[in-house]
Amino acid sequence: MADILQLLVAGLATGGIYALVAIGFTLLWQTSQTINFAQGEFVMLPAFFVLIGMSYFGLSFWPAVALGAVVSVIVLGLLFKRLMVDPMIRHGVLPLVIATIGLAILFKEAIREFYGADAQPFPPMVAAADVTVLGVAFALQSLVVLAISIAAVVALQLFLNGTRTGRCMQASAQNPTVARLLGIPVERMILYTFLINAALVTLASLLITPIYLAKFTNGEWLGLYAFIAAIVGGFNQVRGAIVGGLLLGVIDNFAAAYLSSQYRMAIPLLILILVILFRPQGLLGRIEERTV
Amino acid sequence: MGRLRFGFAVSALVLLVGGAAAADVKLVYVGEISGSIAVSGGNFRDGVVLAVEEVNAAGGILKDKIALSQLDTQTNPGIARSQMQKAIDGDPYVVLGPIFSGNVKATMQLLQQAEIPHLIGGEAGELTTLGDRYLFRTSFGQQIGMPKIANYIRDELKAKTVALIWVNNDFGKGGRDNLIKQLAERNIKLVADVSTESGQVDFAADVVKLKAANADAVFVYSNEEECARIMREARKQGLKGPFVGDTTLLSQKTIELAGEAANGVQGHVGLTADAPIPAVAEFAAKFQKRFNYKPDHNGIKGYTAVYAVKYVTEKKLGKFDRKGFAQAMHGLTIAPTDEPAILMETTWDNVGEIDRISFLAEVVDGRQKITKILPKLGK
Repeated sequence: MADILQLLVAGLATGGIYALVAIGFTLLWQTSQTINFAQGEFVMLPAFFVLIGMSYFGLSFWPAVALGAVVSVIVLGLLFKRLMVDPMIRHGVLPLVIATIGLAILFKEAIREFYGADAQPFPPMVAAADVTVLGVAFALQSLVVLAISIAAVVALQLFLNGTRTGRCMQASAQNPTVARLLGIPVERMILYTFLINAALVTLASLLITPIYLAKFTNGEWLGLYAFIAAIVGGFNQVRGAIVGGLLLGVIDNFAAAYLSSQYRMAIPLLILILVILFRPQGLLGRIEERTV
Repeated sequence: MGRLRFGFAVSALVLLVGGAAAADVKLVYVGEISGSIAVSGGNFRDGVVLAVEEVNAAGGILKDKIALSQLDTQTNPGIARSQMQKAIDGDPYVVLGPIFSGNVKATMQLLQQAEIPHLIGGEAGELTTLGDRYLFRTSFGQQIGMPKIANYIRDELKAKTVALIWVNNDFGKGGRDNLIKQLAERNIKLVADVSTESGQVDFAADVVKLKAANADAVFVYSNEEECARIMREARKQGLKGPFVGDTTLLSQKTIELAGEAANGVQGHVGLTADAPIPAVAEFAAKFQKRFNYKPDHNGIKGYTAVYAVKYVTEKKLGKFDRKGFAQAMHGLTIAPTDEPAILMETTWDNVGEIDRISFLAEVVDGRQKITKILPKLGK
């Protein structure tokens, strides 16, 4: 029983990170029909911004985190939208998708050239320690990762549903034409979405890199898992991305422990196939019809 | 215009001829500059580069400068094969690498057919059993290291049960098979056998399995990055150990990546920059100065490989002769008195297996501390 609980918490912690990244997929899709296949590399990069702050500018950890967060939001939010999405989106979804694949390669190779192919250690937010709950020892880091992920998701939901800007963003996502008629600055709302996505991937990066180490290839599997999580949960629903991420994290951990480590990568893909076959809108997604 | 072209042609010819005259001993490093074991391949490569620079500065081999080229296998056997073919087409005197045992296995036949000596970094046990007369190790094969570790588990740790976590590639599989055999011979029970993948990043489930086994010792056998991730996850989940392993678990890179999680790790190291040997310390200082990081065992492997080539060519052959080189290496012992840069007395047997002293070590306060020196097997 203790093993199951430990696996559950570890899976939820990993799943929480997938959820943060998957939410970014759904937000960008809803507001600007952008599928960002560089999303995994977006998670990989902020950790390196922090490391650059520490090693090249001599900053201590938290100032470097602040610097990394600001640079990430500018580069992965503002510049990504202005320099890539805005010029490409008018040509349709597919050219933009291909462009983001190219961007992923660019980011990956740039880090390899600039920082090297070796993994780099990354300071943890909390020291490694156990927390015993009901006689079962849980890793403090897992609990902190899970708690921060949940707090971020809750804060995002409160922002989207409880503030005027959040509701304007939702209106822009649901029907930009009507939103414009109502006087909502749709372009600015879309920009906010990109900035929020950049903030989410930065948070995911800070949470996951201490455990997995900073390496230029980290984005490959993270992006894939988050993309699967978004589809499984429902690509057009933020809550779908949350459920998809958590579900994937838990299933992945249990599959590795009780089925086979060798086939753990296959399980999410199997789930993806099943969802596409039997519930293409995702577990919590809604069916969309588009005029073609 | 015609004169200009003629001028260019003559200049190009002069440059080509000049280039060849200045560097006519071709050594090629075919190894893992990128990919999942780039850490190891990069260390080996830098060891080679340092040695080549030193040898060239001292006049080269038989007064010929070394022309070193580098080809990246990307830790991929398919790419390794094509890169090795490219290397062979360049007609090298000796090939250095690969480091990844899977890549050694994928390329050794090409080199054997071309009759080109190759000094490898791979440690999988079976590599020296496949009949390649041109293959020579630069570090122990697993069949040499594992008995020493098994003795350590029995005699020093007094462990009756062991939980094993290993990486599922040629290196890991070879080590696992060897270790299981050695443990069985010593009546030590294997209570968990956890296979992981090369490049794996999430070890939460694997560590839960190790915890559930409740073994007297946990044996970690993987590449440096994965070893570090395993140790971080193990500490995160409060797995107490003791953690035992071979060279990769105690390597400088693993310690650097794992941070505090590496403290307390114990085991056997075939080569280490922390060896209490002045020549090794001197090498480590030179390496640190040249590349701005501390070498691990792979750096020593690459460095000594180049000096082995120099020694055999100059002292045993007196000419560049690939076949002669391979013959001379079998049964050869190089002592530091003969070639100081070999660092430790080293012997190659008739299948290219290596023998030298080795060490028992423990990680204390983020540093590898040598606790015992083990003699050569042949002594």
